[in-house]
Amino acid sequence: MPMIEHRVSYTLDSSLETIDRAEEKATRIATELGFAEDVVMQISMAVREGAVNAVLHGNAYAPDKKVTLAFEQTGGDLVITIRDQGKGMDLSKIPNPLAPENLLKTSGRGIFLMRSFMDVVEIRPSQTGTELKLIKHVHGPAAGGKEASQ
Amino acid sequence: MTMKVGSRQVDGVVIVDCSGRITLGEGSVILRDTVRDLLSKGNKKIVLNLAEVNYIDSSGIGELVSAFTTTKNQGGELKLLNLTKKVNDLLQITKLYTVFDVKDDEAAAVKSFK
Repeated sequence: MPMIEHRVSYTLDSSLETIDRAEEKATRIATELGFAEDVVMQISMAVREGAVNAVLHGNAYAPDKKVTLAFEQTGGDLVITIRDQGKGMDLSKIPNPLAPENLLKTSGRGIFLMRSFMDVVEIRPSQTGTELKLIKHVHGPAAGGKEASQ
Repeated sequence: MTMKVGSRQVDGVVIVDCSGRITLGEGSVILRDTVRDLLSKGNKKIVLNLAEVNYIDSSGIGELVSAFTTTKNQGGELKLLNLTKKVNDLLQITKLYTVFDVKDDEAAAVKSFK
């Protein structure tokens, strides 16, 4: 597995540009790590959705609130953490977007897409912000580095 | 690549050729404004040709749903044409493939309107 720095992090404004930048960084790093093209797409989309939640629903575009985005390589995993400084969220109020009564809703699919595309999605809301952790396991040839180190 | 749209009439049906990304921000707004403009001018048979749309996020999916329901609520029909694999996969996993009338042939799409 090609090595990147073990951990890189960014502090970003609560803006639409941040969402695009987060997606671009995820695409670049996942590509450097050797993920297949379709998996890179999944990772970048999950990060985009996480950044959307942080900017819109967490920080609500507040100029004094920041989004932190971190990429970490631990063992065979790519671990991505996105934190906002909002008021947290009530996970119990997130509807199932696949339920027939919700299919025609125009929002509420972000977390579902993240869970569809990543191996692990952890959401830790608090009154000082929400921390989102997205994990993708490295499979196939890209996992060679991990196996070689054992 | 930002989103671009162009529309043309075929046998009373408006084909909206979309290209680029339908994502939160400009892409979603362009799609919303385009469909609303068509409806305001009395065009109620609409086909969104997504052949050149290479990326849609959850906001873009929401905008497609909004376009579909807005058109339907005004007595019209909106169909999707020529989905790329990425967009097709997204509509499959979100179960929206069962909601939209999806076509892969323009002539058939035009003929399918009553």
